[in-house]
Amino acid sequence: MKPRRAGARRATQQRTPWLILPLAAVAVAYVAVPFVALLQRAPWSGLGGLLGRSIVVDALRLSITTAFAATGLAMLLGIPLAWVLARTRFPGRSVARALVLLPMVLPPVVGGAALLFAFGRRGLLGGPVYDATGFLLPFSIWGVVAANTFVAMPFLVLTVESGLRAADTRYEDAAATLGAGRWTIFRRITVPHAGPSIIAGAVLCWARALGEFGATVTFAGNLQGRTQTMPLAVFLALESDRDAAIALSLVLIAVSLAVILPLRDRWLTV
Amino acid sequence: MLHAAIGVQLGDFRLDIALDVGDGEVVALLGPNGAGKTTALRAIAGLQPLDDGRIELDGVVLDDPAADVFVPTAERPIGVVFQDYLLFPRLSALDNIAFGLRARGQDKASARSRAQRWLERFDLAEQAHAKPRTLSGGQAQRVALARALATDPRLLLLDEPLAALDAGTRVQVRAELRRHLATFHGARLLITHDPMDALVLADRLVIVEQGRVTQTGIPADVTARPASRYVAQLVGINLVHGTASGEHTVRLESGAELTVADPLPGPEVALAIRPQAIALHGHQPDGSPRNTWSATVTDLEADHDRVRVTLGGPVAATAEVTPAAVAELGLAPGTTVWATVKAVDLTAYER
Repeated sequence: MKPRRAGARRATQQRTPWLILPLAAVAVAYVAVPFVALLQRAPWSGLGGLLGRSIVVDALRLSITTAFAATGLAMLLGIPLAWVLARTRFPGRSVARALVLLPMVLPPVVGGAALLFAFGRRGLLGGPVYDATGFLLPFSIWGVVAANTFVAMPFLVLTVESGLRAADTRYEDAAATLGAGRWTIFRRITVPHAGPSIIAGAVLCWARALGEFGATVTFAGNLQGRTQTMPLAVFLALESDRDAAIALSLVLIAVSLAVILPLRDRWLTV
Repeated sequence: MLHAAIGVQLGDFRLDIALDVGDGEVVALLGPNGAGKTTALRAIAGLQPLDDGRIELDGVVLDDPAADVFVPTAERPIGVVFQDYLLFPRLSALDNIAFGLRARGQDKASARSRAQRWLERFDLAEQAHAKPRTLSGGQAQRVALARALATDPRLLLLDEPLAALDAGTRVQVRAELRRHLATFHGARLLITHDPMDALVLADRLVIVEQGRVTQTGIPADVTARPASRYVAQLVGINLVHGTASGEHTVRLESGAELTVADPLPGPEVALAIRPQAIALHGHQPDGSPRNTWSATVTDLEADHDRVRVTLGGPVAATAEVTPAAVAELGLAPGTTVWATVKAVDLTAYER
């Protein structure tokens, strides 16, 4: 037999179709080039001053607070919903599932408009509540949280539902034979076993909430310090103060990486 | 005392069996995979509601669809050792055992101290804080057993408790399980597809095939008179009882002595002899090897290409030979033959 080079042997073992590599390289470049362009335009010397400006600090604080609040709310409502979708059968279940996932495919602006008609001053639910209590959801920090939750919750529901479907329900049977009631089983067995999918879903949900733009600007407006989140501030600054926009973008990238990187292999493999 | 008449319809499969287990009794539900054994266990535990029938434990009705009675799983005084044990992977051995006590309302401190005593009783004190995946098969089984017993059930169900173990540890863990089962005084129902588990662990066998009971009785009766070809193949194993008279020798009630290759596990033993391992001869074999005895043929039963020969004499056993051997030896009821079995073909179990 003719001796072959080691490189040829490795190539044979991998069997990568030749077209795959250049296409994959283009995909990486397509994502990487915009970031490089952004970094190359960054005003590195004046960055400290830009980041200390109140418009940046306010938007960052608001974005992070509302993203966490929306994730918490989405977990409170979304985990039980995922359980119902994964574990029970009722007429109209597939309709309910499609409805809950709708905000994922809907243009967020449409979602924001729909929220206004529901919770606005003259909205279906917002009207009576305003008349009775004077409380108004839109154009407040609560409006930002509501818009974020509306758009980001489906990511959590979808991830947790698939986690619950994959879980071995015999552990729940075992807990029942030990005297555990339904709530104890849910709390001590079901939720911990779905832990990886809950964390993955929460991360996706948080990331989606952090980047939310369309529904927020429609439903909550763009008031600095009250409803102006990072994406809104970036969009606004692009018109007037390009350096500030780039600085804001860099902060968003840094915050996103800080959350995604530690979790990337362990939890984001759903 | 468990009285169960179990009727469950699962698609095309119909399970229809009656089952009684007395206090202090170990009953084995034995049958091939897919016979409905696990469905029966799930019905008794309340994980599978009955379609018809009735389940009663110590005079309390647990499930009776006709009377619209159904006690939920969590409220039944039943402990279950599941197949693969199903220890909660995120909890330590101690917390696995304490789980049932906590679920039944004990505070954390007293649940843990009771769980600690169960660990000590089952030689698991050093594994208290170990996670299930770090435990050996035998240790995991003991944790599962302690977890099931810690809530003080009236009935213990065991679903294939030895199936998760490799052949090497199986014999030892089976003997341990036998010892630990003896400490529980309620009713015990063991589910297994392995005749050896059933014969060693159970006082009574209930054979299930395709959702129905095909035979029931004490192991000696079932092994001596299998009701079907399946049962014959499954449990056609001779069991003879005796006492140790040496490290490797067992004295039977008839006075005959048999030699075993491995050291005996205890003073009182049961010897398992496969019918195929007993060789029959027309004359006393040359050099008279150990484990040779003279026997009288009491019965012959043809079973396809084999003949089961029932032997009377010092060792009551059934041998399985070919029709050619029957002709050659001229076997008929009343014929005297010499029987031999090798020491390595005898397996001894502690009684």
